[in-house]
Amino acid sequence: MASRLIRNRHVLGWVQALPLTAVLLGFLIAPIAMIVVVSFWGATEFSIYPAFQFDNYEFLFGSPVTYRVFGATLKYALITWALTLTIGFTVAYFLAFHVRSLTMQIALFLICTIPFWTSNIIRMISWIPFLGRNGIANQTLISWGMIDEPLEWLLYSDFSVILAFVHLYTLFMVVPIFNTMMRIDKSLLEAARDNGATGFQTLLHVIIPLTKPGIMIGTIFVVTLVMGDFITVRFMSGSQRANVGRLISNDIALLQYPSAAATAVVLLCTVLIVIAVMLRFVNIRKEL
Amino acid sequence: MERRPRSFYILAMFFALFVLFLYGPILTIGILSFQGPQGGLTFPMNGFSLHWFQDLFQQQAVGDIWGAFRRSFALGLMVMVTTVIVSVMAGLAFRKRFFGSGFVFYAAITSLVIPSILISLGVGLIFNQFGLRIHWATSGFGSQLTWTLPFGLLIMFAVFNRFDKSYEEAARDQGATAWQTLRFVVLPIIAPSLIGVALFGFTLSYDEFARTLLTAGSYNTLPLEIFGMTTNVTTPVIYALGTLTTLFSFCIIGVFLLAVWIMGKRRAQKGSDAGKAL
Repeated sequence: MASRLIRNRHVLGWVQALPLTAVLLGFLIAPIAMIVVVSFWGATEFSIYPAFQFDNYEFLFGSPVTYRVFGATLKYALITWALTLTIGFTVAYFLAFHVRSLTMQIALFLICTIPFWTSNIIRMISWIPFLGRNGIANQTLISWGMIDEPLEWLLYSDFSVILAFVHLYTLFMVVPIFNTMMRIDKSLLEAARDNGATGFQTLLHVIIPLTKPGIMIGTIFVVTLVMGDFITVRFMSGSQRANVGRLISNDIALLQYPSAAATAVVLLCTVLIVIAVMLRFVNIRKEL
Repeated sequence: MERRPRSFYILAMFFALFVLFLYGPILTIGILSFQGPQGGLTFPMNGFSLHWFQDLFQQQAVGDIWGAFRRSFALGLMVMVTTVIVSVMAGLAFRKRFFGSGFVFYAAITSLVIPSILISLGVGLIFNQFGLRIHWATSGFGSQLTWTLPFGLLIMFAVFNRFDKSYEEAARDQGATAWQTLRFVVLPIIAPSLIGVALFGFTLSYDEFARTLLTAGSYNTLPLEIFGMTTNVTTPVIYALGTLTTLFSFCIIGVFLLAVWIMGKRRAQKGSDAGKAL
């Protein structure tokens, strides 16, 4: 009886998936549920109390700040997406179709991925000596005579925020796009050339359509990382710019948890809608 | 070999610039961490010394860097081991398409794309409201797993999608039990990928910031400690710390990659005798 139970694929499957399910229930589903619940609670200056009121949402949707900040968040996401896609696609294209030996491909690919395994905070800090008022960029431009005074907008601006996003997240584009490109049958490219297609036509009509799943996966990563970020915007803008993540973290710092929770619920819904739309175009499990 | 087209050289230039973009800033702070004792946060170099590295090893005015490092290291190991075991088990489970696998899969994807601050906030709220003590080894540990496990799971999908089932069938045909098949056939074949999962588990935990922010409690992990320093330390000591911890990360990555490489070598040496018998 017991051995028959174990041989049942549903039972065995569940036993093997149990640890993962337990972690996800305890540290993903339960926290989301808690946030949804707390978003209806009330808060005093020092504590929060259970209630069922829509005050937090009314305040959120009634404030022009909310719309401005959501707008800014989408702007960051859109610009970062366009830049990481362009750079990531070009890099992956070079690695997949122009580097000829597999060893070289793996080596160059690793060079692109290693920064992913190092600290994001340090990678942000490392831009300061570069972009600061007396930083390398300004000193170089002045010595070349291109500018007379240091540019003020290099650090602590939208520019530095987006630069840091691109710096941190481009490899989330490179990896899935490279992965899909490596599975394109090379004979298709030969067929295109034999039929008289130019390199550009092959790129446009063969490679890009076949790379779409990789592009989608990269897009999902970049868009969600940027939309959920709060630390890059805070650090790289010197606290002068806002996005939704910062709205939440400011509320948390003021112990206004119900208000933070309401904003978090709206952010989560926004992100999930964006993902749901994109998932319609790609089957993730098939692409791995 | 045919001649390389002109586009090759343009793309190669682009790639070189991209690598410079990736590594340039970190090299800059690597150089600046050797500033002289009077040196500042930007160039020019004011002398050349190990002053700021020595500073790290002395009593700190703010924070407890080495305590934070020990905690991050211990937590990284905990997360790494858990990630490998749980991912392999889940990977095996998903091959069976059990009832409810769709739900678990989408939960894992949600875990990957959910803004990190929600995990931080939600776990913090739960622990507070239920009177549990927030600690890096409990709430922090669980929160980090929501980030490392989906990566582990995706790698396992990639591994099992390419897995040749005939090896298992052969083992079964020779009379191996399910456990023997797993232990002596499946695990050795997927071992190099497991090193990859371990690398993700350790490094993502070691550098994790947003999900640990509200879930680490009164004892900071290293990234939290470093972030705290950015607001009140204005000397190159922060570059020295950044350089050291980045070097540490490089060493860890190197060890893992070396392990994969050695494993591949040994495998090639032993080789397969398939088809060589009479």
